[in-house]
Amino acid sequence: MKILVLVKNVPEVAEAELEIEQGALDLEDLEMVVNEWDNYAVEEAVRLTEAAGGDVHLMTLGGEDDEDVLRRGLAMGAHSATHLCDEAFEGSDPTTLARVFAAAVKDGGYDLILTGVQSADLGQASTGVLLAQELGLPHATMAIALEPGAGEVTVTRELENNTSEKVALPLPAVVTVQSGINQPRYVSIMGIRKVRKMTIEMLEAGDLGLESQALGREASSVAGQSLALPPVGEGAQMLTGSLDSVCGQAAAILREKGGLA
Amino acid sequence: MDFSLSKEQRDIVKAAREFAQGEFTGRALEFDRSESFDLDIWRAACDLGFVGTFIAEEYGGAGLGFLEHSLITEEFWAVDPGCGQGVLSVTFGSELLQLFGSEEQKHMVLPELVEGKAIMCSCITEPEAGSDPSRAATTAVRDGDEWVINGSKMFITNGTTAKWALIFAATDPDNSDRHARHSFFLAPTDGPGFQATKLTGKLGIRASDTAEVALSNLRVPADALVGQLGQGFSQLMAFFNRTRLHICAQAVGLARGCLEESVKHLKGRMQFGQPLAGFQVNRFKVAEMATRIRASRNLYWEAAWSMDRGKVDHGLIAMAKWFSARTAVEAADEALQIHGGYGYFDEYKVQRLYRDAKILEIYEGTKEVEKIIVAGTLLG
Repeated sequence: MKILVLVKNVPEVAEAELEIEQGALDLEDLEMVVNEWDNYAVEEAVRLTEAAGGDVHLMTLGGEDDEDVLRRGLAMGAHSATHLCDEAFEGSDPTTLARVFAAAVKDGGYDLILTGVQSADLGQASTGVLLAQELGLPHATMAIALEPGAGEVTVTRELENNTSEKVALPLPAVVTVQSGINQPRYVSIMGIRKVRKMTIEMLEAGDLGLESQALGREASSVAGQSLALPPVGEGAQMLTGSLDSVCGQAAAILREKGGLA
Repeated sequence: MDFSLSKEQRDIVKAAREFAQGEFTGRALEFDRSESFDLDIWRAACDLGFVGTFIAEEYGGAGLGFLEHSLITEEFWAVDPGCGQGVLSVTFGSELLQLFGSEEQKHMVLPELVEGKAIMCSCITEPEAGSDPSRAATTAVRDGDEWVINGSKMFITNGTTAKWALIFAATDPDNSDRHARHSFFLAPTDGPGFQATKLTGKLGIRASDTAEVALSNLRVPADALVGQLGQGFSQLMAFFNRTRLHICAQAVGLARGCLEESVKHLKGRMQFGQPLAGFQVNRFKVAEMATRIRASRNLYWEAAWSMDRGKVDHGLIAMAKWFSARTAVEAADEALQIHGGYGYFDEYKVQRLYRDAKILEIYEGTKEVEKIIVAGTLLG
C-alpha cells in the first residue's frame, strides 16, 4: 500500500509568551513542533506499512526550516518526503493550498492519503477534505481506527458522547486522523541517523505547473483580517503549583463561594 | 566561529527532550521519594539509541561524538536529573574501556551496554581515597594466571545493578611514583568476591543507584587487565577528561530546568497586585541565570567540540566542569528562592533540583580539584 501523509510544523504555544507582529503570530522565539494530529497520522501510516508492506511518503508545505517536520517523520519510519517550498504559497487560503497539494499529489499513485483532523495553529480542519474534493476522491474525517481491506478501507469515526461510526471507502481515499488513534513512537537515534542519508524532494510552484498569480493572498477568496491575543480579564485568579495543589486550591475556592454543597 | 548545531544534532535534541518529557515527568517524584528507578525506562532509552551514542559503530554504538552524548544528557537532566542519571550513567566506564580495553573486552561489554542488556559501573573511589585516587588501597595481586582483588569501594554508581565493573586497584603499591601504582581490571559482578550494598539517604539524584562495594578475594583472569599494567592513574585522568564533559551537560540541563521553572512561576504568581515577573529583583535573577547557563554551555560545547576533533584540553574541561556545576547550584538556589514556600516542598520540581544540584560540584572531580587543574595550566 502506498500511503501519503501531509504533515505540518506548528508553533508550540502552550507556555509561550505570544506576540503579534504585523497581523501574524511572531514566530521568532517560538519552538516549532509537529502538529499533534499529523504525528498520529504518520504513526498510523508507518504501522499500516509495517504490518502489510508498502511505502509512506510525507509532504509538507512551508519555509526552509520546516524541513525538520519531514525529517522527524522519516526518522519515525516513513520512506520518502517532499517539501513544497515557495514564497508564492504564502498567504494562500485553505482552498488554494488544497489546489497546491492536489497538483503535487495527483500523479503519485497513492492508495491512501492521511492528514491530521486539524492543525493546532489555524484549526481549519479543511486540508484533507478540500484535497479530497480537488482530487475527486472519497473521504472520511475524525478517524480513530483504520482497517485496510481489498480495494477499500474501513474507517471508525469518532462522534460525540463516545459514539462512533464505521464507514467503508473505496481506495484511493483521503482520511483525516484524530488524536488518540494510536500511541506515536518516540524518534530514535537510529531513525535520525537513517535520515542523514536520505534526500528530501524540494518542489516550487513552477515544478507543479502552478502560476504564481493563482497562488497566495491575491488568489485566495478568504483573506486574513487580524489576529488578537486573549484580552486580560478582570478578576481572574491564577492558581499555581502542582496538579494536586491546584486542585486543592480550586476546591477550596469553590467551597468558599458556595459552589460545592 | 559557528555555534549552531547541525540538522542532525537539532533532531537529536528534540528527540531526547520528547523522550524525557514523556517518560520522566510523571515518575520523577515517585523515584525521588522511594530512592528507586524503573529500569524499563533505561531499556526503552536503549531501544531508541539514546544510550552510548559515543560508542564506536564497530561495538554497536552510533559512533557519534561526546557533543551529541552531551546534548542528550542536557535534555534528560533538564527534565529530571535523577532519571537522566538512571538512564545515562549505565555506560560509566565505557569511555575508559573504549580508549584502553582489548578488542575482546570491548566486544564483550560495549554492545551489551548499547543494547540495554547490561549496565556497567566503575569502582574507583574508596573510603579513604576520594580526590586523591593515587591513595586507593584496593590491591590486585597476581596468582598464577589470575589476579586476586581485595579492598572496598565507596559511592559506586550502579554498584548493585551493574553486570560489569571496572576496578581501580594497586598492582605496584610500593612504586615510588604514585602515578604508577595502579591498574584497571574488568570484572563481572556476579562472581564470588564482589558484594555490592545499596546506599540510601542520598541528598539528590535519588533515582540513581549508589552502592558500596566489598571486594574479597575476587579472582579475575590475567586478561581482565585493561591496557598496560601500572597505567591506571593516567587512564583515569584520560577517562575523567571525557566524563567530566557529561557532568557539564548535566549541570547545564539542571540549570535550564531551574530557569524554566522560575520563568513559569514568575509569570503565574501574583504578589502585591502584580506578577512576580514584574519585580526587578526577580528579573535580574533570571537574567543572571540565563547568562550563566549560556556561558556554561558555550564553555562545555567548546571542550566537547575540541574533544571530538581529537584535542583533549585538560584545563578547558576543568574550567567547564567547575563553572557549569557552580551555575547549576546557584540556579537551583535562586529558583527555590523565587518559589518561596512552595519551592520548599517536593511536589515542586525546584526542590528536587536544589537537592540534585550539589553532587555536580562533588563527583568526578570536586570544584576544588578542578580549580587546581586550571591553576596548574597557568602557574605550573
